[in-house]
Amino acid sequence: MARNRKILRRFSWVVMASLLLTGCSTQIPVLQPQGPVAQQEFGLIEWSFFLMLIVAIVVFILFGVFIYRYRNTPNNKAPYEPDMEGSRKLEFIWTLIPVVIVLLIAVPTVRTTYALQAPPSTAKTDPLVINVTSAAWKWVFQYPKSGLETVNYLVIPANEPVQFNLTSVGPMNTFWIPSLGGMEFNMPNVTLGLWLQADHPGIYLGRSANFSGVGFEHMSFTVKALSIPQFNTWVSAVKKTAPALSSAENNQILYTHGLSPKLTFSSYPSTTATGTAGMSGM
Amino acid sequence: MLPRYFYNFSTFMSMFPHNYLIYGADVSIVGATALIIFVLTYFKKWKWLWDNWITTVDHKRIGIMYILAAFAMFFRGGTDGLLMRTQLALPNLHFLSAQHYDEIFTTHGTIMILFMAMPMLIGLINVAVPLQIGARDVAFPYLNAISFWTFFFGAMLFNISFVFGGSPDAGWTSYAPLSELQFDPGPGENYYLLGLQLAGIGTIATGVNFLVTILKMRAPGMTLMKMPQFTWATLITSIIIIFAFPVLTVALALLTIDRLAGAHFFTIAAGGMPMMWVNLFWIWGHPEVYIVILPAFGILSDVISTFSGKKIFGYTAMVVSLAAIAALSFTVWVHHFFTMGAGAAVNSFFGVSTMLIAIPTGVKIFNWLFTMYRGRIRFTTPMLWALAFIPTFVVGGMTGVMLAVAPADYQYHNSYFLVSHFHYVLIGGTVFGAFAGIYYWWPKMFGHKLNERLGRWHVGTFVLFFNMTFFPMYIVGLMGMTRRMYTYPSGLGWTALNLIETIGAFGQGASMMIMAVNIVRSIKFGERDVTGDIWDGRTLEWSTTSPAAEYNFSVLPQVTSVDEWWEEKKRGVVRPDHATFKPIHMPNNSGWPFLIGLSFFIAGFGLVFNWWLSAIVGALGIITFLFLRSFDYNTDHYIPVDEVKRVEAAAGR
Amino acid sequence: MAYSIPSDDHEHAIDTSGPLEYSTEENKLKILGFWVFLGAEFVLFSCLFATYIVLHGNTAGGPTSQQLYDVNGFMTETMLLLVSSFTSGLAIHAMRNNQKNQMIVWWIITMGLGAGFVGMEISEFVHYVSIGATISRSAFLSGFFTLVGTHGAHVTLGFFWMLSILIQIIRKGITPITARKAFVVSLYWHFLDVVWIFIFTVVYLTGKVV
Repeated sequence: MARNRKILRRFSWVVMASLLLTGCSTQIPVLQPQGPVAQQEFGLIEWSFFLMLIVAIVVFILFGVFIYRYRNTPNNKAPYEPDMEGSRKLEFIWTLIPVVIVLLIAVPTVRTTYALQAPPSTAKTDPLVINVTSAAWKWVFQYPKSGLETVNYLVIPANEPVQFNLTSVGPMNTFWIPSLGGMEFNMPNVTLGLWLQADHPGIYLGRSANFSGVGFEHMSFTVKALSIPQFNTWVSAVKKTAPALSSAENNQILYTHGLSPKLTFSSYPSTTATGTAGMSGM
Repeated sequence: MLPRYFYNFSTFMSMFPHNYLIYGADVSIVGATALIIFVLTYFKKWKWLWDNWITTVDHKRIGIMYILAAFAMFFRGGTDGLLMRTQLALPNLHFLSAQHYDEIFTTHGTIMILFMAMPMLIGLINVAVPLQIGARDVAFPYLNAISFWTFFFGAMLFNISFVFGGSPDAGWTSYAPLSELQFDPGPGENYYLLGLQLAGIGTIATGVNFLVTILKMRAPGMTLMKMPQFTWATLITSIIIIFAFPVLTVALALLTIDRLAGAHFFTIAAGGMPMMWVNLFWIWGHPEVYIVILPAFGILSDVISTFSGKKIFGYTAMVVSLAAIAALSFTVWVHHFFTMGAGAAVNSFFGVSTMLIAIPTGVKIFNWLFTMYRGRIRFTTPMLWALAFIPTFVVGGMTGVMLAVAPADYQYHNSYFLVSHFHYVLIGGTVFGAFAGIYYWWPKMFGHKLNERLGRWHVGTFVLFFNMTFFPMYIVGLMGMTRRMYTYPSGLGWTALNLIETIGAFGQGASMMIMAVNIVRSIKFGERDVTGDIWDGRTLEWSTTSPAAEYNFSVLPQVTSVDEWWEEKKRGVVRPDHATFKPIHMPNNSGWPFLIGLSFFIAGFGLVFNWWLSAIVGALGIITFLFLRSFDYNTDHYIPVDEVKRVEAAAGR
Repeated sequence: MAYSIPSDDHEHAIDTSGPLEYSTEENKLKILGFWVFLGAEFVLFSCLFATYIVLHGNTAGGPTSQQLYDVNGFMTETMLLLVSSFTSGLAIHAMRNNQKNQMIVWWIITMGLGAGFVGMEISEFVHYVSIGATISRSAFLSGFFTLVGTHGAHVTLGFFWMLSILIQIIRKGITPITARKAFVVSLYWHFLDVVWIFIFTVVYLTGKVV
């Protein structure tokens, strides 16, 4: 069964790749997962695509055969039954088969939905937590453990599940790093959780996928995944060299509409709305 | 408390746009309006326009006006689409500014769904359903005119936004808090709220009207299970409208109250809940997509059956699947925001319920295929649209199931993968279906056919360029491109695909020009329909003249079977004897619906700018005209027998 | 051969077996249509109720429902509307017995009670606003004013609608057409009464306790 599944997967991957006649470019982050979350999601994408492909092929074949065979030409010898009303048997078959296909998709869907909701089994008891706040129009990342803050870029350790807490002080955005996994909303007055992990050190692209106003296009950020020692070095370097974030500057970043360059701070004011809004309003 | 954003006249004047594109559009609007006024005056057609069209309560004329308006909106929304595609043809273009692009994708989506797809289908419903059930009009012809004029003035209110004050720019979904005053001051969003509110009123009335019409006005003998498939689809759609549209009414009203009266339904401050907007919007929004697809399904059933020369395969299953889709449509709305943290149980439920829709839809696809099985397929233009529909909709449907897989949706959400999916179902389903219906019922509306050769070119080029535009979007979505980006950087591998999409979009525009030429040309050269049954049809609309007389049927038909007209032709039709005619009771034309629509427009325009005087004048107008109508007892008349005889004889009957 | 000759004027043929308002086909259609419309109204109010319930606790430091609602006030409003619903029923009863004057008397009493209800509600709202509990104070108050205000606007509209029908009854007497119009308004009035019962329990009674 597992073997079959593997063959199916490989087959569907070939079909998908051949469908994507992308030529020179091969940057399809959703189909090239770089972490376990994206990997699980990709598995479901492949599986559902493969099953749907079977349905489509059946329909296309019937479609082609029927319109050729039963075309209205004078010497067409195919049977003609204008009073045919239907067939209980056939209709039962094409009700049952979709039911089976839906079951085949639904079971892994539900399983993965629950799996991705829970902290990954590899998570440490004291994981790295990053509070992600979307403002108009910049991304603010706070590292509560080390107390530092970055704007418009994110640095994470590779090979370790990271817990993101997402909220917003303005319009809604979504926090999306397609190479590492699917997105989740940043909403005002609400904090949502998302686990992601990069398998390898590298640079990935993140972006908001929910329109948030005139600066939306600029709601993108780079994600740098470092090995754990390198990450720790980065943290202590920031603590030493970066300036502290004043309350006024913090308000400026959060509440003034506009763009911002990449910024780094060794600390941030403790009384910000970020991460403390909790579930009020829900 | 006064809202923060309050206009006086000088700021109003300063709001006239300076962008040359908008300016050009303004000039062309003024020019076109002046031309129309000149032509109407020069040919002394004002009275003709008022008597025959503006005051009409005839479902066929109202249907034609709906379709006409929908076409105008199709070209408006299509132009928006072309502007967007031009802007995205290459990376880092500045053909449009971010603000302008935001306004254009908002109007594109809103217009295409609410002012194009819905009125196009409601127009076809108006034209065909009363004829299909052998009725003389709808249950409430006067209300039908109100429906049209509220829709029309709602659409106008929405469309003048880019002339006065700027268009809405928060997306057709208008998510709060972005659409709140705090982040979106200015009248644009108010136009969205009030334009849609007006059109929504008309739509609810249409739902009520057709539900009662179909339940109560069927010709004698036509039991529910003898109704044509399109009539069934309309019945089910009406029920969805009645349950879904009031939710939109409330959502729009609450956001309007937030913006005009400073309330806190969806604001960030004072306990407001932005996510409640998202819920209300999609509780309406998902049924809405079935409101625009089920009538298309109905058209396709009738077209495929007609041009396969065969009964629809599995009539009962087709009806049950329509009902099942309608019921499920109310249980799936959360799939529009799996990524809003509703939890695993909720996402699982809504994911699976969404997948379940594939089952009745699959049944329909296979029943359509087997309607062709052992038939004799005539490749007419309506049938070609129906045939183009099947594979296209299958692609859209299968990506729909993929999107229903909640964890996978975390990767598709709001990306171009989603954009491509809904264009495959909305164009491949609704638009192809509507075009099938337009070509199919064109002779019934106007008495002549559209040219088949140009029709084939239209189908062929449109299907080709449609796929060229939207298929690459699946890939570019998986590459991480999100919807509503006004431009994109180079070096991500998106450029080539975007350029192909843009070329395809212009191809679609050119293809629509073929249709426009066909329509104009057919006025003079189109094959005349002298029998009333130019397609060798199956249902009752083909038993009467083309176009049908004001009263539709000189004598109401007596129905004994599904595909009644087909069966009658098999038995040998006997036209009703002129001696059996009786005077026919018909509703009078009325100018009130137009005036009520106009009053709504005045009130709405006032609210957009917080001009309370204009709002009050409009509201008083509405109430006054409703009162005047209530006191109007001269609402109907009889067409005498001689007149009926004369009309029938003139039609060769 | 497939054509029969049904009575072409079945829409206006008068059928005396049932109540007057149902005596013609057109009347039956319109009354059914109105019931369907009430279905849409039901959905509309359901959404407003849901909104209110969700926002009930979001007082943002402003007044709560417990502090605000006045038992005597809303009990009186309830009585006025309940009694008016009953008197509108009496008016329809008189109409069916073709007692024009009696009908008019009950009709006017109904309108009077309705006006009293609207007057009380306006004074309630004015009082709230005067103590700072405005629609923009908190999400809870936005929900309250919108739900109760929408109902009140419906009652106000119903009042003027009744006025128009009253004039028509006085001028034209009780005919199938006026009877149908009166019956439809009374349906609307009963519907608003039912909605009020929910407002009474969900908004006022519950709001006083929770």
